[in-house]
Amino acid sequence: MSTDAPAKPELGEINKYNFRTETTGVFKAEKGLSRDTVNQISDIKNEPDWMREFRLRSLEIFESKPTPTWGGAIDLDFQDIYYYLKPTSGQGRTWEDVPQEIKDTFDKLGIPEAEKKFLAGVKAQFESEVVYGSLEEDLAKKGVIFTDTDTAVREHPELLREYFGKIIPPEDNKFAALNSAVWSGGSFIYIPKGVSIDFPLQAYFRINAESMGQFERTLILVDEGANVHYVEGCTAPMYSTESLHSAVVEVVVKRNARCRYTTIQNWANNIYNLVTKRAYAYGDATMEWVDGNLGSKLTMKYPAVHMMEPGARGEILSIAFSSAGQHQDAGAKLVHEAPHTTGQIVSKSISKNGGRSSYRGLVSVMPGAHHSKNSVVCDALILDSESRSDTYPYIEVAEQDVQIGHEASVSRIGEEQMFYLLSRGLTEQEASTMIVNGFIEPLVKELPMEYAIEMNRLIQLQMEGSVG
Amino acid sequence: MTHVLKIENLHVSVGDKPILRGVNLTINHGETHALMGPNGSGKSTLGLAVMGHPGYEITEGTITLDGEDVLAMAPDERARAGIFMAFQRPMAIPGVKMADFLRHATTNVRRPDRKEGEELIPMREFRKELKEKMEHLRMDSEFARRYVNDGFSGGEMKRAEILQLAMLQPKFAILDETDSGLDADAVRLASESIADIGHQKMGLLIITHHDKLLEHNPPEFTHVMLGGRLVETGGPELAEELHRHGYDRIRKAYPDAAAANEEMLGEETEEALA
Ligand SMILES: Nc1ncnc2c1ncn2[C@@H]1O[C@H](COP(=O)(O)OP(=O)(O)O)[C@@H](O)[C@H]1O
Ligand SMILES: [Mg+2]
Repeated sequence: MSTDAPAKPELGEINKYNFRTETTGVFKAEKGLSRDTVNQISDIKNEPDWMREFRLRSLEIFESKPTPTWGGAIDLDFQDIYYYLKPTSGQGRTWEDVPQEIKDTFDKLGIPEAEKKFLAGVKAQFESEVVYGSLEEDLAKKGVIFTDTDTAVREHPELLREYFGKIIPPEDNKFAALNSAVWSGGSFIYIPKGVSIDFPLQAYFRINAESMGQFERTLILVDEGANVHYVEGCTAPMYSTESLHSAVVEVVVKRNARCRYTTIQNWANNIYNLVTKRAYAYGDATMEWVDGNLGSKLTMKYPAVHMMEPGARGEILSIAFSSAGQHQDAGAKLVHEAPHTTGQIVSKSISKNGGRSSYRGLVSVMPGAHHSKNSVVCDALILDSESRSDTYPYIEVAEQDVQIGHEASVSRIGEEQMFYLLSRGLTEQEASTMIVNGFIEPLVKELPMEYAIEMNRLIQLQMEGSVG
Repeated sequence: MTHVLKIENLHVSVGDKPILRGVNLTINHGETHALMGPNGSGKSTLGLAVMGHPGYEITEGTITLDGEDVLAMAPDERARAGIFMAFQRPMAIPGVKMADFLRHATTNVRRPDRKEGEELIPMREFRKELKEKMEHLRMDSEFARRYVNDGFSGGEMKRAEILQLAMLQPKFAILDETDSGLDADAVRLASESIADIGHQKMGLLIITHHDKLLEHNPPEFTHVMLGGRLVETGGPELAEELHRHGYDRIRKAYPDAAAANEEMLGEETEEALA
């Protein structure tokens, strides 16, 4: 394995809790994408034929689709990317190789030593076993499955064959096709009927070799009347030598069930973050996406909820913060497929130091989806005259008897607000940070406590200009 | 040493429009001054210029605090130097809780040398003090968790300004119509609170049209502003006269200032109509 590929944690440390156990075999994929690469990935993972065929079919779709020209400027050479990095032990990056600025940021964030090293791609030992061990036992008793998707393909073939790639088929878009061809890692979660998990399930506890790859693939099935909150990502800047992150997340929320999926991501400035997320919500079910995006060169991400049966609800909260050299093209999609369904989008974006944030949203009321209600509120805050914010709302309504609301506002940090805070002794830095934190507060208070605190701290660092 | 806030020959413009045309005013620590005058005469402008609002350009004159050049200070430095203004129209800061805002403000004003990012006043200590002060002002404790001035009634905003006065304990405070929009009971409470917090403990400049706010804060001096100048200064009896009889006598006595006032107001109306 070459040294410029991120190394992964020592798997032997965490294998007793059903994590991936293979630690042997060092596989260095060639750069670039071909049937051979895809076959190799499938071989290495020892996958069933259906998955290999799915990958190969996806590759053809990927090759047949043009790179999208809307959204942000994508300047990627697909042949200059490693598509699969087999975890190794021993040969990885060392802490000394990690750039000082990244280390400094970790220090400012107060990230624990072990997590720092993991985040930087340095192999490390983890102390999360203890926490996670008892958690896992508890979950298993309730019949919950919480594993990585590779393991799920082997251990839960019935569920995977029924749902994998069904919510987001590879035909959906070029990057979903790419992910479908080369995916690795990600989480698989199944919550049985009526089971309610009263603490957030965190990807963090599932730190292992493949849980946070470049092309992770997550599938969440919430059975009837069940309830789960899944939290993904972390607020430390994710450091990778690879320039493309393209994940696919599929969620199915059955009748009367509820799922909230929270993401906070802060990518390094060289990353293209092109993610497809979609949920199907059935009768009286609720799906909520809470999505915070910071950093990256370009993020294109529009979490979607399709409301499939009467009474379904979809809610999407999105926060985007873009600074110098960053373009956040973020938004949401709500598709009312059935009558009496309710959707809500709240989007807040902040642009600073020449950063660019766009809200791109689709609200679609399909034929037959009468008595649907939908509201969209998007607010943009621009901190200086070099920065930019755009709004692209698309609304398609095929029914008469519906309620659709759309409000958009763009504001610059008000001179009067600033003056008010300064006149009370706050410095300019403190005042603008306070105004920005206030602006996103309605979303931050939806986050689990520790994420809310980190989010505020991150905003502060962003405002000081010491990150990203 | 007694603290002194000294304003000399102050000229202030907004855009190209001259508003204050040579204001002289000296306030000693412990004194209470009333500032009266018809609408548009420049009372708020004086306060905002002292506080350092960027929209108000000082074209001539000086402001000093104990001999230090106030005009050289940024607004936050003025606050930390001990100058405070309760605004006629306070700004809403959505999403920012009163308590968080006040904790920052109080820390910075009490510890003027604090560097950004250094510790704030310990939470416990701060909460205790805030709670006491709020009880004193008969404010619901829930107030601390609300967003700064966001959705406040007129009365709530004014009380929030008084709470800030109580927490920040400035050397000099300008209170700009802290009685407007309040009912009689609320004005009495405000008058008592201000007396309690500031009378003879700070230098107070109370801008008002009425005499109620002055009830518990009898001014040693009353100043009348007209057309951007202080045209007359007297004792408490002047405040009473103006409250009773209005500004007709003043307008007649100072026709030039009255004309300047009309002119400014005229432009204001044109702006409003435009
Ligand atoms: N920010 C401003 N922009 C334009 N004109 C202003 C502004 N502030 C004050 N003025 C003008 O200055 C004059 C004095 O206003 P102000 O100081 O608010 O008077 P007062 O407080 O005595 O009613 C008015 O004619 C007003 O229109
Ligand atoms: Mg005024």
